[in-house]
Amino acid sequence: MILIGERINGMFNDVKNAIAEKNKKVIQDLAQSQTEAGAQYLDVNVGTAAADQKGTMQWLVETIQETCSTSLSLDSQKPDVIAAGLKVINADNGVILNSTPLNKKSDSEIMDKYIEMAKQAGPKASIIALTMDSNGVPQNVDTRVAIAAEIVQKALEKDFSTHRLFIDPIILPVRVPDAQVQPGNILQTMDQIAFLANPAPHMTIGLSNLSQGTTERSLINRTFLAMAISHGLDSAIVDVLDRELMDVLATAELLMNKQLYSDSFLKVYAAANKV
Amino acid sequence: MPVPEVVESFTGSVNRVTIGATKANGGTRTSTVTVGGAKNVVYGGDFEDAGEKPVVAMDVLDVRPEDWPATLAEPYKDVFDKPAEWAKKCVEEFGAELICLKFDGIHPDKANKDAGHAVRVTEEVLRAVGVPLVLWGCGNDEKDNIVMPKVSGAAKGENCLIGTITEDNYKALTAIALADGHNLISEAPLDINISKQVNILACDMGFPLERIVTFQTTGALGYGVEYAYSIQERQRIAALGGDKMMSMPVICDVGYESWRAKEAKLEDAPGWGDVAKRGPMWEAMTAVCLLQAGVDIIRMRHPKAVAVVRAFISEIRQ
Repeated sequence: MILIGERINGMFNDVKNAIAEKNKKVIQDLAQSQTEAGAQYLDVNVGTAAADQKGTMQWLVETIQETCSTSLSLDSQKPDVIAAGLKVINADNGVILNSTPLNKKSDSEIMDKYIEMAKQAGPKASIIALTMDSNGVPQNVDTRVAIAAEIVQKALEKDFSTHRLFIDPIILPVRVPDAQVQPGNILQTMDQIAFLANPAPHMTIGLSNLSQGTTERSLINRTFLAMAISHGLDSAIVDVLDRELMDVLATAELLMNKQLYSDSFLKVYAAANKV
Repeated sequence: MPVPEVVESFTGSVNRVTIGATKANGGTRTSTVTVGGAKNVVYGGDFEDAGEKPVVAMDVLDVRPEDWPATLAEPYKDVFDKPAEWAKKCVEEFGAELICLKFDGIHPDKANKDAGHAVRVTEEVLRAVGVPLVLWGCGNDEKDNIVMPKVSGAAKGENCLIGTITEDNYKALTAIALADGHNLISEAPLDINISKQVNILACDMGFPLERIVTFQTTGALGYGVEYAYSIQERQRIAALGGDKMMSMPVICDVGYESWRAKEAKLEDAPGWGDVAKRGPMWEAMTAVCLLQAGVDIIRMRHPKAVAVVRAFISEIRQ
């Protein structure tokens, strides 16, 4: 399982304040604790509060890399914010550009830009592509799969290996009216994404989004995580500091024969899974 | 739509383990052996992916073996009571790069020798040969816990490979191997899940995973070699998948297991061919079969079988 730690995100108050005060320690501690908990990538999202998004992205990347060599996932819908981060990053061990839709009304070429940036960033750079297009997030399985197929085709046309492509079928908050059908749709979508290419693209989700605004966030997150792993999910943007979530992850991977059983399997999951 | 090139990409690899310490590294060995390092399935991928060449460790016993069949005893009959001479013969006549000193004689049901004997033999063999050593207990937990720490101490700084630790008996040897700077063999009874657990237990005691070699227990040709084969294959896949608790090189005990088989030693069997050829061939075939499963160190006994296996290794790794 390729785990992307979600905590360095300006939407969290501690990170927002750290960005405002240029407090490196808060960021570096989060990088360290998430790495120890098993994150292979650290998501870096400047949030919405910072006025200078590009400068903030660079400050976060530099701050993290001063003390931590874990690979980063640069998280922005704006190509120029990602590009700013890439200017200062050490991407030797890989970087994920997170994320691009297939296309959007204001920028029909946006995915091409992300692929181009990833190619420039080195052989281990990957992108996350969302199953959405200029019409927004699809409400049914078929459209999601159709967009995923177009994403895969575009990557192949650009000679961009599916090893480096993560498809995110977009999980929406379950408490939003009429959204309860979505988790089931996503599982069905994932079943089909696995057949779009050989080797199949990675599949990832921003798990915590599912439980936004609910009273049992961790329970909802970890239950769906187990379900999604059984449908081929091989990556997720998660709170790796959530111990119960990590235990479910270890158990689900065990039950899917992705990890060898041992009596201490919970204890060693994060360490055994380190790249 | 273009057809994508299908390449397996693995995130992990088998650890490299070096056995033996030369003077520069605080020991007295004149050579060292490095095993492991594979980055792909056995014989898969590019040539460089195969890592280090597998190596044969020739068995030397601390006491005269009582139950060796004539074919196996013949090459060693003049050195049976002299482990140091025996080791020297293996190195000088049979080209051994690694010696496995097996302490059968300390077993309570056999010669029941004490720690003083084992230490003496260890020191003599270290003086007699310059190749690195594997130091292997008798399998009786209680006796091994008394004797093997002393053996470890006698070889301190030589960076030997010492064993074995098991799920039920790992603390004493793990602690002493750590203190004396040796590599460790973790043993499991043809059970990959227990194997992983033993590695975790050693790791919990602070023993570096990069200095462990796993022993999955070996079955000879006709006597369960397929179980050993599939476990080792599974271990390789786990290592390539990035499981740090299973990324160790593998040792197997082909010599002892092959020569237990009646096919290797039965003299009165006209339909089976000449026993003098049949025994070494049984041992060689078992070893070659396990090489296909990716073993890194093969304990062997008969010099003819060793020669066949070494030639096979050179041929496939040219």
